[in-house]
Amino acid sequence: MFQVRIHGRGGQGVVTAAELLAVAVFDGGKHAQAFPSFGSERTGAPVVAYCRISDHEIRAREPIMEPDVLIIQDASLIKQIDVFAGLQPRGYVIINSAETAEELQLADKIKVPHSLAILPATEIALTHLGRPVPNAVLLGAFSALTGVVPLEAVASAINEKFKPKIAAGNVAAATAAYEYVMNQVATHA
Amino acid sequence: MSTTQVKFYQVGSFAVGNRLLRDDERSVQSDPDRTNALTSGHRACQGCGEALGARYALDAAMRATNDQLIAVNATGCLEVFSTPYPESSWRVAWLHSLFGNAPAVATGVAAALKAKGNTTTRVVAQGGDGATVDIGLGALSGMFERNDDVLYICYDNEAYMNTGVQRSGATPPAARTATTQAVGAQPGNNFGQGKYLPKIAMAHDIPYVATATIADLRDLEAKVERAMTMRGARYLHVLVPCPLGWGSASCDTIKIARLATQSGLFPVFEAINGEVVASSKIRHRVPVDEYLKLQARYSHLFSPERNDQVIDHLQRIADKNIERYELMGE
Amino acid sequence: MLRQVEGSKAVADAVAACQPEVICAYPISPQTHIVEGLSQLVKDGTLPNCEFINVESEFAAMSVAIGSSATGARTYTATASQGLLYMVEAVYNASGLGLPIVMTVANRAIGGPINIWNDHSDSMSQRDSGWLQLYAENNQEAVDLHIQAFRIAEEMSMPVMVCMDGFILTHAYEQVDIPTTEEVKAFLPPFVPRQHLDPAEPVSIGAMVGPESFMEVKYLAHQRMIDSAAKVQEVAKDFEAHFGRKTGGLLRSYRTDGAETIVLALGSIIGTLKDVIDELQLDGKSIGVVGLTSFRPFPYEAVAAALKGAKRVIILEKAFSTGTGGIVTQDVARAIEGMGIKDFTVIAGLGGRPITIASLRNYLTNAMAENIERLTFLDLEIDTVEVEINKERALR
Repeated sequence: MFQVRIHGRGGQGVVTAAELLAVAVFDGGKHAQAFPSFGSERTGAPVVAYCRISDHEIRAREPIMEPDVLIIQDASLIKQIDVFAGLQPRGYVIINSAETAEELQLADKIKVPHSLAILPATEIALTHLGRPVPNAVLLGAFSALTGVVPLEAVASAINEKFKPKIAAGNVAAATAAYEYVMNQVATHA
Repeated sequence: MSTTQVKFYQVGSFAVGNRLLRDDERSVQSDPDRTNALTSGHRACQGCGEALGARYALDAAMRATNDQLIAVNATGCLEVFSTPYPESSWRVAWLHSLFGNAPAVATGVAAALKAKGNTTTRVVAQGGDGATVDIGLGALSGMFERNDDVLYICYDNEAYMNTGVQRSGATPPAARTATTQAVGAQPGNNFGQGKYLPKIAMAHDIPYVATATIADLRDLEAKVERAMTMRGARYLHVLVPCPLGWGSASCDTIKIARLATQSGLFPVFEAINGEVVASSKIRHRVPVDEYLKLQARYSHLFSPERNDQVIDHLQRIADKNIERYELMGE
Repeated sequence: MLRQVEGSKAVADAVAACQPEVICAYPISPQTHIVEGLSQLVKDGTLPNCEFINVESEFAAMSVAIGSSATGARTYTATASQGLLYMVEAVYNASGLGLPIVMTVANRAIGGPINIWNDHSDSMSQRDSGWLQLYAENNQEAVDLHIQAFRIAEEMSMPVMVCMDGFILTHAYEQVDIPTTEEVKAFLPPFVPRQHLDPAEPVSIGAMVGPESFMEVKYLAHQRMIDSAAKVQEVAKDFEAHFGRKTGGLLRSYRTDGAETIVLALGSIIGTLKDVIDELQLDGKSIGVVGLTSFRPFPYEAVAAALKGAKRVIILEKAFSTGTGGIVTQDVARAIEGMGIKDFTVIAGLGGRPITIASLRNYLTNAMAENIERLTFLDLEIDTVEVEINKERALR
């Protein structure tokens, strides 16, 4: 079982991100369980969403305490809450930011060996979507970094969810993020 | 030969009678084949205004709908005295659910008929003043707002009668009830701003709002029949004196209803889409005293001596109604 | 058709496939997505010949349902928590009048204090109301139970609550097979009411029943509830024949053969428990789980049979009776009376407190050694409450 935890703020489409990921996994023929953790409905408040991925039926429903993947949609949360809590060794971290790992002071925060991708997802979204919504974008990065879902499945999930024009923008942005991260990985290899 | 217009009135024993009218203009009650929706054997008090009003209203509704009627009843006197299991006085399809939900239940009946494509069967809901004005007001307002196809009839005897004459939102000022006793500095019900449901109904701009009493039964029938020619939310507010609760003689029920209208305390009118379109003019105006002194619930206003202040206040209310609803004149 | 969809949406589609004629609901978290979904289906014509009534309160919702069902229309509503409580008078009225209304309860804690998250206090508070109560383990079962519920309700002339954990199931995206309208039609015939409001054959429904008959009327309802257990099983069996899945029914046992300790629970926690049981069994522990689907009618015989041979039963509950303890426990204890099985209660997840695998593993390990209290509140902040209790006691 592969466990993904997504952190962001209300209004950034964190819940939609988990939903899209679940659909992408399903389209790829696997089992997925996605659900949000609920606080008050308020834009700007920290929000967490979860997605479990497995080849078998998923039965457990506890919040994901030991994620294999962390997606941080809003880097300002890093200083505010312990978003990295429970990260599994050799897990994956994807952060939406224009800053570097040093600037984000990640070395102090992430205590286990991990694969890291930092990308300016909001900017990528603005370029391809015209709106600063990084959720679908980051799924492209997820695909590239973890290989758990192919980019095609992410695209298919996006197309199922959104109207054609918006879907096209999101797919383009997700693809751009995918290539960005693949490049990053290649560079550090 | 010159002709004179003669006005025929239904006035107690001086009634002109139905024989001068066409069949379809006659009272439903003159038809031996009428539904008799609320048949005899029920347990209402002698002289019950509500039993009279309900029978007339539902028989009229049945004729107007060719017997295609479902009635929903709130908890209250009417429901209690008409259905002591295993007996029922109702000869129409009838449903009683709870005290505060008759409007919503009727909405449900209307919705089911609509879903089934049944456009002929119509729905009437009925309840007392307590069920309508107080506990059921939310549901009534919801029904009005959605314009559900229901005629709601409120039988107003101005208190929670079945439970022992407690005050309701419709209890008039100064009236004695079990919870507004005729004791203390201000005996009887307080002078508040009231909760006049006909105006609340009009504020919802529903297709039809009317008031009526059991003193003018042909008028009551005509209003029910008129209401049934329309679709959407309709409201009929009927004054029904209660001999037990009002402390009046059971033979005076109709007379008291008439005095309520002739004093101006109970205006009789019709409103379409929130605007008054017609009112019944007062034929023989009387001071409120004439109305009040027949009822023991107001006896504290006359004994040990006439309470001028309170009775004058009531008179002013009557005067205001007469002015507001244009109750004098032709 | 197999889809990856939100639980609420799945339920909305399943209900729509049953072709209700009247849907009347008032929004309350966490049921909102269900009624939004249905409203859309009615408005865009996907669900034809159906009236969707936007009522002004939950009391109105159940009241509209009563009027509709009494007129012979298949009727559905949904609520949770405070909303369920607000309609209680009408809830009892619906079952008293024998109306086959189906209602989703998106299980949520009852306030005060206000809490919008999951537990079972809402539906548990209505256990005496004469409604059947069926609890879904996952969203597939939630879908299936609604379809089964209409048939059970209409064949018994009794209303049915389908309970699904608020947020945990309603807002979870998982894969679900949702039968089509045609498939449901083959399983669920049109509603033929036992009696209804019809001008052609007028009846009076809702008479006043006095002391001379009330006991008999109530006894009949009691007996009907007992008889409904057979109907629940029959419909589940027929559902399996039609759709090829074992969902619904009275209860389900998981790895209980020869188990010394058996956990009994309702709703989504059963899934998490299965994972914990697998872990413990790998460690050689003798433990299994019984997932109760039907809480009302309470399947006394089936529970006794399922727990037979165990040394102890741990009843995990998401609600409790203040000052007393477990609610389900009381029925379980009666079922296993004289069988020599000890019962322990653990109250967990109140107000949406997450129930973790780690926590369950820890508690159950102790439970198997009977190193637990008779009644436990899982993951309670003991230190905090002790300070508060001492403070309060000092004040009295």
